[in-house]
Amino acid sequence: MPAAVRTENLRKVYSSAPPAAAGGGFGGGPRAKKDKKEPRPQITALDGINLQVERGQIFGLLGPNGAGKSTTVGILTTRVKPTSGTAWIEDIDVWRDQTAAKRLIGVVAQRPNLDFSLTAREILQFHGAYFGMNSTERSERANALLERFKLTDRADQLVRGFSGGMMQRMSIARAMMHDPQVLFLDEPSVGLDPQTRLLLWEIIREYNQKGRTILLTTHNMEEADALCEKLAIIDHGHIIAQGTPEELKASIPGGYLLRLRFGHHSQPLLERLGTLASVTEVRASGESGADLYAGRGGSLIPEIVSAASALGVELSDVHISEPSLENLFLHHTGRSLRE
Amino acid sequence: MNSKTFLALLARDARVARRNMIPLILQTFLQPLLFVFIFGRVMVGSGYMPVSYKSLLLPGIMAISMVFTGVWAVAMPLIGEFQFTREIEDRLLAPIDIAWVAVEKVVAGLIQATVTGVLVIPLAWIILRPGLQLHIANPWLLVAITLLVAGFSSCGGLALGCSVNQQHIGLMFSMVMTPMIFFGCTYYPWSALSNFPILQKIVLINPLAYASEGLRATLVPQFPHLSLPLILGALLGFDILLLVVGLRQFRNKAVS
Repeated sequence: MPAAVRTENLRKVYSSAPPAAAGGGFGGGPRAKKDKKEPRPQITALDGINLQVERGQIFGLLGPNGAGKSTTVGILTTRVKPTSGTAWIEDIDVWRDQTAAKRLIGVVAQRPNLDFSLTAREILQFHGAYFGMNSTERSERANALLERFKLTDRADQLVRGFSGGMMQRMSIARAMMHDPQVLFLDEPSVGLDPQTRLLLWEIIREYNQKGRTILLTTHNMEEADALCEKLAIIDHGHIIAQGTPEELKASIPGGYLLRLRFGHHSQPLLERLGTLASVTEVRASGESGADLYAGRGGSLIPEIVSAASALGVELSDVHISEPSLENLFLHHTGRSLRE
Repeated sequence: MNSKTFLALLARDARVARRNMIPLILQTFLQPLLFVFIFGRVMVGSGYMPVSYKSLLLPGIMAISMVFTGVWAVAMPLIGEFQFTREIEDRLLAPIDIAWVAVEKVVAGLIQATVTGVLVIPLAWIILRPGLQLHIANPWLLVAITLLVAGFSSCGGLALGCSVNQQHIGLMFSMVMTPMIFFGCTYYPWSALSNFPILQKIVLINPLAYASEGLRATLVPQFPHLSLPLILGALLGFDILLLVVGLRQFRNKAVS
């Protein structure tokens, strides 16, 4: 059985500024004046990307803006032509048979691209018609999606007046309209309020449970962690790490952060904490706190408590954060994802 | 080609056109009919122009209206949809080769331009009635020329719409459309340029000249006009050239 999505050594070099949809948020500024002496700047957006997404998986491409996530999605969805390398959807070579590839995919672009001249219902119905659905099928499916995405009361209004969140929900409903095997979502939850984000996650999981494959890009670690079964971390056009969120997090040494609060501060206590097994770093925090970086979390607590009570200090509060993808990204690149 | 998808794309454009019917009608017909009224009715009625000018003017007005409609119907949505709203993306992802998405736009523009051309004749006739002399000897020839004119206008719309940036729309109309109209043998027959031999040669690169002369040859053959084989050949050539250029530009825009 072929993988749902596969790429082999994908490279993309833009000879002009990458378009906004595929370049990671840069506006389509005026093109630099042509100068024959100086060749136009070549921007390598992807430099040998190898991916494999199994059927029925929720796969996440995690990386900062401009890392190459959207370009990868663009190539897989027929909108960006690769400079070299091959991309497959199921057993179809995307750049050999684009029409066949397009039948298998649904795409939610990073920027809303709804048909402003149509109502919400018409957008879904025409989208279904493009994919050859008959009219009964179209109206039933459109109604169901409008209901699921909580858009029924606005179904017959032009989408021009919709809020950002509603447009995003509408874009996802449209991508699901023809029930594609593989659903691509490029930064699906940017700009959504937490409530809508949760609805979106629920719908994505629900769609995945029908056996559909989902590939999403995000620069939000929380989202990658909550949704994705497998992740590829991408930066500067390279995949720097790949695996399940747990595997990836386990790959960083001393990934746990324990934020401790004591009755009062004491220098000997901090020194004592630094000697506990698997603790990599201790930092004083505020008047009476300490941040402790360690290779384990909860199992350190008894030792901390006994070390503190031996010095006559009481532990008043503990917060343990597990190894995070943020820490992982920092570990691999020396930069924060948010930068 | 996937005909279901193609027809669905056309149906989408038809729905949008129907929704914008009234502004579309005003935009298409107001200017040419005012022109017909002032030059064909007022100027002739007050004796500044001979009565025969009414008949000479009509084919030119029809050509201008069709070209404006075709170019506008294809170029304006494309400029906006590629750059501003990006709404064309949904159609680019439809299961059909993207060239057909462009061809669909051309067909939609061709239909609009043809409808405009067909409606301008009776509307102008109402305004110009006494003294207007139309002699349609060969209706099939009129149909053929009308379709070729509609085709070059919508193919031209495709080529322009995929080459012009949003901030240059005004420039497109002032630098391309306006000279094309004034040097397009619209308000005068090509033979009237015989005293300006260089200009008379130059205007032959303008497809609108063949459109006006072609419609003149089929609607009011009593006036001198370019030869029919030349007109038909030139219009067909411009149709093909603009379609090829337009499709290439479209692909460049659609795929990065």
